[in-house]
Amino acid sequence: MGISILGLAWRSLLNRWASAMLTLVSVALSVALFLGVEKARTAARAGFDNTISGTELIVGAPSGQINLLLYSVFRLGNATAEVSWPTYERLAARDDVAWAVPISLGDSHRGFRVMGTTPAYFDHYKYGARQELRFARGDRFQDIFDAVIGAQLARDLGYDVGSPLVLTHGLGSQGLSDHDNRPFRVVGILAPTGTPVDRTLHVPLEGITAMHVGWETGTRNPLADTLGEALIRSFDLTPKTVTAIFVGLKQKGSLLRTRRAINTDRSEPLLAIIPGQALGELWAIMGNAERVLLAISGFVIAVGLVSILTSLLTSLNERRREMSILRATGARPGHILVLMLAEAGGLGLAGSLLGVGLVQLLFLVASPVLTASYGITLIGTGLSAVDGLTVLGVTGAATIIGTPAALVALRRSLADGLTVKV
Amino acid sequence: MGAGPCLDLEDLRFSWPGQAPLLEIRRFDLGMGEKLFLRGPSGSGKSTLLGLIAGVLAPQAGRVTVLGQDQARARSSQRDRLRADRLGVIFQMFNLVPYISVLQNVALPCRFSAARAKRVAAAGGVEAEARRLLVQLGLDDPLLLSRPVTTLSVGQQQRVAAARALIGGPSLIIADEPTSALDADSRDRFIALLKAEVETRGAALLFVSHDPALSGHFDRSIDLGSLNLAARAEGAV
Repeated sequence: MGISILGLAWRSLLNRWASAMLTLVSVALSVALFLGVEKARTAARAGFDNTISGTELIVGAPSGQINLLLYSVFRLGNATAEVSWPTYERLAARDDVAWAVPISLGDSHRGFRVMGTTPAYFDHYKYGARQELRFARGDRFQDIFDAVIGAQLARDLGYDVGSPLVLTHGLGSQGLSDHDNRPFRVVGILAPTGTPVDRTLHVPLEGITAMHVGWETGTRNPLADTLGEALIRSFDLTPKTVTAIFVGLKQKGSLLRTRRAINTDRSEPLLAIIPGQALGELWAIMGNAERVLLAISGFVIAVGLVSILTSLLTSLNERRREMSILRATGARPGHILVLMLAEAGGLGLAGSLLGVGLVQLLFLVASPVLTASYGITLIGTGLSAVDGLTVLGVTGAATIIGTPAALVALRRSLADGLTVKV
Repeated sequence: MGAGPCLDLEDLRFSWPGQAPLLEIRRFDLGMGEKLFLRGPSGSGKSTLLGLIAGVLAPQAGRVTVLGQDQARARSSQRDRLRADRLGVIFQMFNLVPYISVLQNVALPCRFSAARAKRVAAAGGVEAEARRLLVQLGLDDPLLLSRPVTTLSVGQQQRVAAARALIGGPSLIIADEPTSALDADSRDRFIALLKAEVETRGAALLFVSHDPALSGHFDRSIDLGSLNLAARAEGAV
């Protein structure tokens, strides 16, 4: 029946629930912003870092290493130039190269990128902790008009093995520049990977060449439709150029040497990049923006904490009588301190826990949307040590920031004596 | 408890910072179990005197011996301890913590004083003792106990405050104008109940009021104006 000091602090706070709720919400929102930024940052980074592994070099036409990385791996942006087929063949024949997989980009299907490649791609492309691509249904392409689609593409467009589809020239919307004279057929659907592969339509390089017969000027030659499929199949469909080449080496130790050899190749200007290093450069650029964002959200937490102090200080007047009564009934200065600090710390604790909950809820709702619209897979947005540390930190900081209010309350309760002032 | 007086003031002087002396008292005492009426108009320094006795204020000079402890020389923690363990205080009004129950209000001193909690435990437990006190002070309606304290009448609130002051067997009850917000009927009833309960428990009572009509209820009556040299000096000017 008796009531503890913490019980008193709790009941007192309940008695002022409206202002307590506002303080709680401001702390919760500030913590949610901070954790949201922090988690989105690390999750996006983990997502990017997980996209490609096991590929030692990516070779393309000279541009910038970030540019090459973005278009070859993330299907963002476009290649400015291509690599000739003989160069690919020479590269693949190098003694230090274990495998070389060419890719050809440039077409699309209902907003998804189309990538021409060789069946070896499914052996060598790895993501995450060297995980291989797996087929959920069907198998790799055999015929030049076969297509293998990513998990998300299959889900979004409702395709299954056997579905026919028509590719679009370039990245424009479907319609005028469709390759509708050369329909493809889905033969395999990949299991989800959480990488841009999920949003990619894979076809054989020969298929890319075949559907571009008659498109040499960039638009459709009206005569192209007169060429029968059998005739096209009889052509040499080896591509003249490819967009980029994924390379695996026999020995990792030769990485820098091989890279230098490719970069200084006399026959054709080339750029070879190390994916991890290019990612590192990308993050170095994004790092500053991240730090600014983190600093801002840190300041927002400070504002949330100040709101605790504000609410404590403004509550002191209405609590003056309460403090006097407690002092008169035997409360020592320590009790008054505990009463005030418990309120500050309690608001910090409850507010930050609420903030953690808000962020979890937010990612639960936003993750699928982000993946669907931007192909960004957030990894590791669940509860982590960062959440725990933030809750601890905010609770501790709130208790510390409550100290001035506690000292004011103490000083007043001593100065007021027993006189209960209204 | 010892044989000495409950309260013994000698050559006490007190002034608020930067102000003229408010209190200057040569001698003032109160025996164990004595019920004393201290009369004084508002602003005469009554509440300050009670603050000095209760040990929340410290005098500039003199001796304030309460239950054997000189409050003027005791450390603030010792004064806090004496107040928590052995004093009971009743204010003019707004005595109760608004957001806890009647019983929790009555039990409050046992939370701050282990000595009081121990005495109450020996008497049958906090809740039983709180209920007993409330019944003896005329609050025997069980419905009353479940109501928020802010919905009680002022008279009822004052009796809850009296029960709180009395719980755990304090030796001295200090009442600062406890009846000034009450009408004549409930005032007399309150004083009668308080006196009876103080007597059964053997505590001393220092009852302060501006109303001389109440003095008849008590063993002895003193006028603060005649006691306080500072006030007399001021009056002479």
